[in-house]
Amino acid sequence: MNPLELAGARPGPSFTVTFDGRPVEALPGQTVAAVLWAAGVTSWRSTRGEGRPRGVFCGIGVCFDCLVTVNGRPNQRACLVPVRPGDVIGTQDGTGHGETGTQDGTGHEEARHAD
Amino acid sequence: MNESLTCDVVVVGAGVVGAATALYAARAGLDTVVVDRGPVAGGTTGAGEGNLLVSDKEPGPELELALLSARLWAALAREGLGEAVEYETKGGVVVAGTDRALAGLEKLAAEQRAAGVEAVPVPPDRLPDLEPYLAPGLAGGMHYPQDAQVMPALAAAHLLRASKARVLTGREVTGILRGPGGAVRGVRTGRGDLHAPAVVNAAGTWGGEVAARAGVSLPVLPRRGFVLVTEPLPPRIRHKVYAADYVADVASDSAALQTSPVVEGTPAGPVLIGASRERVGFDRSLSLPAVRALAAGATGLFPFLAGVRAMRTYAGFRPYLPDHLPAIGPDPRAPGLFHACGHEGAGIGLATGTGQLIAQVLTGRTPDLDLGPFRPDRFTEEAA
Amino acid sequence: MRTDLAVIGAGPAGLAAALAASARGVRVTLVDAATRPGGQFYRQPAEALAASRPEALHHGWRTWERLRDGLAVSAVRVLTEHHVWCVERTPDGFTVNALLGPEQEEPVQLHARAVLLATGGYERVLPFPGWTLPGVVTAGGAQAMLKGGLVVPGRRALVAGTGPLLLPVATGLAAAGVEVAALVESTGPRRLARHAPALAGKLPEGAGHAAGLLRHRIPVLTRHTVVRAHGDDRLTGVTVAALGTDGHVRPGTERHLPCDTLAAGHGMLPHTDLAESLGCRLDGLAVAVDTEQRTDVPGVWAAGEATGIGGAALSLAEGHIAGCSAAAHLHGTAPGPAPAALKARTALQRSAAALDSAYVLPAHWPEQITDDTVVCRCEEVTAGAVREALDLGAGDERTVKLFTRAGMGWCQGRMCGTAIAGLAGCAPTPAKRPFARPVPLGVLARHHPKEGPS
Repeated sequence: MNPLELAGARPGPSFTVTFDGRPVEALPGQTVAAVLWAAGVTSWRSTRGEGRPRGVFCGIGVCFDCLVTVNGRPNQRACLVPVRPGDVIGTQDGTGHGETGTQDGTGHEEARHAD
Repeated sequence: MNESLTCDVVVVGAGVVGAATALYAARAGLDTVVVDRGPVAGGTTGAGEGNLLVSDKEPGPELELALLSARLWAALAREGLGEAVEYETKGGVVVAGTDRALAGLEKLAAEQRAAGVEAVPVPPDRLPDLEPYLAPGLAGGMHYPQDAQVMPALAAAHLLRASKARVLTGREVTGILRGPGGAVRGVRTGRGDLHAPAVVNAAGTWGGEVAARAGVSLPVLPRRGFVLVTEPLPPRIRHKVYAADYVADVASDSAALQTSPVVEGTPAGPVLIGASRERVGFDRSLSLPAVRALAAGATGLFPFLAGVRAMRTYAGFRPYLPDHLPAIGPDPRAPGLFHACGHEGAGIGLATGTGQLIAQVLTGRTPDLDLGPFRPDRFTEEAA
Repeated sequence: MRTDLAVIGAGPAGLAAALAASARGVRVTLVDAATRPGGQFYRQPAEALAASRPEALHHGWRTWERLRDGLAVSAVRVLTEHHVWCVERTPDGFTVNALLGPEQEEPVQLHARAVLLATGGYERVLPFPGWTLPGVVTAGGAQAMLKGGLVVPGRRALVAGTGPLLLPVATGLAAAGVEVAALVESTGPRRLARHAPALAGKLPEGAGHAAGLLRHRIPVLTRHTVVRAHGDDRLTGVTVAALGTDGHVRPGTERHLPCDTLAAGHGMLPHTDLAESLGCRLDGLAVAVDTEQRTDVPGVWAAGEATGIGGAALSLAEGHIAGCSAAAHLHGTAPGPAPAALKARTALQRSAAALDSAYVLPAHWPEQITDDTVVCRCEEVTAGAVREALDLGAGDERTVKLFTRAGMGWCQGRMCGTAIAGLAGCAPTPAKRPFARPVPLGVLARHHPKEGPS
């Protein structure tokens, strides 16, 4: 049993988004966090102090631990933001405002160019 | 726990002014006790931005005190306190939006230079070198390299620690002890008397209440200010940046809401946005008009801030006296009582100079500055 | 936009309140941040996931159906994806300031004669070493992701902490195919047994959860606690240990349980930001209300978890009472009797109090937080740094915050407030958060005549 079977979900066709440059399957209606969890990804932020990985913690938009960059827009709460086809999702470094050149050039920078 | 003790001087108030007073008093050899009804930095210090400014002061006694204080802050930083209190010699940039405002700014700067302030004119095309994210189209500005910053709560805590004074927090002064002839003999607290021949009123916005407990009047009143704090950002705003009309607001006597944008980055990342001024008593509740005006002013100076999120806002109360100068020095109406309060929005910056002057008069030395303009009883005559 | 009554929060309390007021002829607008009504308790799978059996994830589904169907036929205007950041008093009522959609960049204002705060609660988690590792989530977070996104965080999970929420989370994860290695509850079995009648009364589904634990063969470790979560860049396992009667870990009882998920929770806290900036009196950490669910600010009602944690059933009763009261006051009449709701509220408040005393935080929990444990997740402030601040003269939550930045980050202390207060040795106090969520400066500036420097 998986959650989709449990709830008898019959979502529309899946679509592709990218996470740090690699394609990830997404279901319509899911949040960015749900899509990443389903793909086995549990962290998408690196803290601005110690550079530690973070992902979902509270899951309801209160803790801001799941901040992520989506389509070049930093500090989006992955647990709240629904995915749309073609979304470019990138691991967020620090403040998300691209300070120290530590961006690895995958999600974030591509997204900026795509804007 | 009932704790009575005897010492040379009791400092009432564990904010930055009390802390600096304790430091210089202890260094002058006085056995010093600091008492506060709340925690360290629990009042205006904890709500301050930590400005050590010379740029916003017109020539006169306050500017002299600011220059003395700036030298003392720099000396403390050199002694090794700099990192602990996040001392930053970031400098100030004052900008003018119109030629008229620029002319006013240049006139003020010329007078300040004569008083010993460094003020470097910045033509409009050079402003981006100092502040790349400033709005275009400004008429010009002035760079004040002497403006600096500390983290106020840490400053109070570390000055207290460096003073090695005994610090009694959570203990309210309920009365001032007076001896024969009215001389001050210490303070009464909820948990015992603190005996000392000298008491320093460094209670900031609440300095009027402490004075009243000694039977003297000191018309300290609160002037509310809000600060907006943004999400953490990479260093983008390098100086303390404000508009030329800020100086006029500081000196204004109006009770109504005044806002002029004062914008600066912090080492921790968030940008701080001040400064509103209103006289509304001790009302701490949120005023959306005030914070909206702050946001409008800040985004006017730095357009990129429009897309940046404000995470919080908080209010503090600046302690002001009718002539906008602090009360520093002995109170002839109550021998043994000294005042060190009423610094309005400049208490962090002026704390070191104030503490030094008080320590000097406590030990019978000639103070570095003439205390005449700061006389605590200067308002009595007016009232009479 | 104008309305008579703005109900903020579309969970059990808000839904019951909106329906009650609307049924009494009041023009009601129900405002919620989520994409669909339901709140956390009745959180629904996203519409596009087309779930045909959402009830498989829920308890009390029939009540939800009643609320959902009632809402559909009511005149209540529902505003979803409205993130309210501040409610301000105006001369003729209130202005609800919200940000629209997931981006939360576009402002919208709703003007109302009266406001009903049904802002709910959020989970409290006490820090332990490793709690910042990816794979460690709140129990409620795991449940929210499951109910809303139909996803689970891993294959093998531990559910740990204290409180009634842990049971449905454990059985819910198990039903969704996760191997639940154990349910770790710090409260002892005897204490739970003593309060069993209240627990049964409070949670009619309690028996169902117990059966679920058996069905999914979930081992239950009572009077146990998480000592440490292990892993480098993500969770690989958890060390649990037994607690002695003195609240300390019993030496030698530590054991390592490999897992990729830890769902942790230590009870709930009320959301009181909007009430606080409106000037409503708080009672401890919750909004203070009278028997009609009125706050002490005229025109402001509050119901549900915001007024004290008590569960969905109590929230429904409180919401109904609040909605009736608000309607009566807006009509200028006395509220009619609502005997069933009043009776239910009394009984449910009693069980909530019993639950509260059954599930207590382990004694001495602040001492268990090691110096190297990050306490403030946002600003990465360790327990050691907090203890240094205490040494420097900080004696309360606010001064610790000033000295260390703990609680100054994105979450504004919602995650670390309890721990900071615990480390400082004082009772948690409600934080002042004039902005209930971050607001773009451009949005703030927009409602002010544009000013440049002169």
